[in-house]
Amino acid sequence: MADTIIKVEDLSKQYRLGEIGTGSLSHDLNRWWYKIRGKEDPYLKIGETNDRTQKGNSDYVWALRDINFEIKRGETWGVIGKNGAGKSTLLKLLSKITAPSTGLIKINGKMASLLEVGTGFHGELTGRENIFLNGAILGMKRKEIASKLDEIIAFAGVEKYIDTPVKRYSSGMYVRLAFAVAAHLDTDILILDEVLAVGDASFQRKCLGKMNDAATNHGKTVLFVSHNLSQVQGLCKYGMLLENGVLKTTGNINKVVGEYVLGNQQSTHIDVSQIPRVGPKSTDFFIRKLTFLSDVSNIYENEEIEFEIEFDCTASIQELVLGFSIKDTLDAALIECRSTSSIPTINIQKPGTYTITTKLNPKLAAGIYVLNIGARCLNGPLEYVPSVTNLEILPNNKEEIEEWNKPSAGIMLMPSIWTLK
Amino acid sequence: MQQENWTSVIESRSSISFYTLKEVWQYRDLLWMFVKRDMVTNYKQTILGPLWFFIQPALTTALFVFINKAAKTTTNGIHPILFYLIGVTAWSYFAECLTKTSTTFKDNAYIFGKVYFPRLILPLSIIVSGLLKFFIQFSLFLATLISFLIIGNTEVHIQPTILLIPVLIFIMAGLGLGGGMIITSLTTKYRDLALLIQFGVQLLMYGTLAVPLNSIKDPILYKIMLSNPMIPIINTFRQAFFNDTIFSLSNLLYSCLVMVILLLIGFYTFSKTEKTFTDTV
Repeated sequence: MADTIIKVEDLSKQYRLGEIGTGSLSHDLNRWWYKIRGKEDPYLKIGETNDRTQKGNSDYVWALRDINFEIKRGETWGVIGKNGAGKSTLLKLLSKITAPSTGLIKINGKMASLLEVGTGFHGELTGRENIFLNGAILGMKRKEIASKLDEIIAFAGVEKYIDTPVKRYSSGMYVRLAFAVAAHLDTDILILDEVLAVGDASFQRKCLGKMNDAATNHGKTVLFVSHNLSQVQGLCKYGMLLENGVLKTTGNINKVVGEYVLGNQQSTHIDVSQIPRVGPKSTDFFIRKLTFLSDVSNIYENEEIEFEIEFDCTASIQELVLGFSIKDTLDAALIECRSTSSIPTINIQKPGTYTITTKLNPKLAAGIYVLNIGARCLNGPLEYVPSVTNLEILPNNKEEIEEWNKPSAGIMLMPSIWTLK
Repeated sequence: MQQENWTSVIESRSSISFYTLKEVWQYRDLLWMFVKRDMVTNYKQTILGPLWFFIQPALTTALFVFINKAAKTTTNGIHPILFYLIGVTAWSYFAECLTKTSTTFKDNAYIFGKVYFPRLILPLSIIVSGLLKFFIQFSLFLATLISFLIIGNTEVHIQPTILLIPVLIFIMAGLGLGGGMIITSLTTKYRDLALLIQFGVQLLMYGTLAVPLNSIKDPILYKIMLSNPMIPIINTFRQAFFNDTIFSLSNLLYSCLVMVILLLIGFYTFSKTEKTFTDTV
């Protein structure tokens, strides 16, 4: 049952930076000279990790470096990582669009990849003609498409327009039709690159449902890349985290998403002055530091967190209000707290550095959350600092920590009174 | 229970093994879809529609006839319009195969970057849709020939070599495909050669079609002319209808040989290039 369907061994991909011209020609000639003497490509020995924020001193970068993993039949995998982490490169290699620089990918089964929906759609052709064209590009036989045609049209919901050139379609209809073709592919392995980031919410749900069905009921293996963590968590059971072309973690999707969101930025003392501000900014006020007084790396459900905010005032400020909000990883604000709930008015009379402490039990269910802080005064907003730090709230039952599966059914864990008779 | 029977293995080394024609066969439906797409979309929203298939050879023939009158060159006793029309019709099939195939990677970089299918499908679809266009244009030649016969303006001597026409078409397709695949493979990274090709094909057209081979008296020039593998094909086309020269099997076999060599090199360079060209195109 659990046989390996994809096996990746020491996979690397090197790219050359800069333009193609005489400079690259001399490298190519050199490479060719090594090759005809039967030597190894000299440029594969150099190159650096792919950190695009730093200017490197080599023309070569490794978009992927020594990736190893194994996927078994019927598993659903999510690939996550920041922009430029190598996600798309990995998918390109897996779907045979470009060959790796070194390493092997072994595949056992029929594979289809959707790096984009509607590849090869031609505006002049009708919806029906495009279904056949697109299906053929994705590797379907004509007969196969014909037998699924009605199903595809119904899934896309474009019956009325099926004999109209697709250039007359609204962009939503276009995408629905394109995805409908892809959703009816009959393959063992399906590779998806953020294709679900299209269409309206109800169509997205429909697509996710279809993919889920393919994985759970038809035993298809799915590899899914997306920035939308909730989609990844919804569809995939396993995850792999790429960082600068290196495979950082693999395993349970929630664990991997957790590691991705938390990064390494969980510390007791946070230098807020370095974090970029958002929105209106007053010159009279500046948040400098945030210090956790409670243990930030071990917050359990229903436990209090306590922290201290240090700020500078360069002028007198009337009716200062400090506050913070807690958002989930999808940027939905869940909790807002203001200093007015225990100190009705703060009037800063003389410039200087002040600290304020706050304590609360967020009553949040186990998961990963983001803390944001801000301040305002009588005259309006002073400062807003988003994503000061992440908060990981751990489940109370410590055995679950390793394997905490799906986020709980709710966000809040409310105390409630129960009576058993 | 480690199984070692993988359906496919992707690796860095480009295998020298020749193109997996089996895979191309599996995707044959796609080939037809591309042909159909080309046919349908080519002349959509034009007023004259497929008539454009006729206008292009007609105007080119008119130009050649004009040059012929001005330069007083020979056409072996064939009426210049027929002499050039058959040449232009055959040549434009070869030229279309060559020039369109020679930009396969560049023109389809986007689709190739998004989905995998045997890349060879695209040049093959060019050959096939070109064939349909060729038949339409060839019917123009036949119609012109018949109308000349009715007016009594010309003499036609159909030769048994007319049966070689399918072979001639095949050789032209092979020459165009092979040459085009070599050019597209060489120009994905450095595009210099691509700039030469449009111009080169035009030049070669005049060299091939303007005068019949037997009118060349200079022996060196004759040898240079003969090294052009398209000359025996055009000659055979004319000979099949008008019997203006002696049919030379050895010349035609030379064209065949060039075709085989071009196709072998073409397949090889194409299958090497297709693996990583999306990185450099």
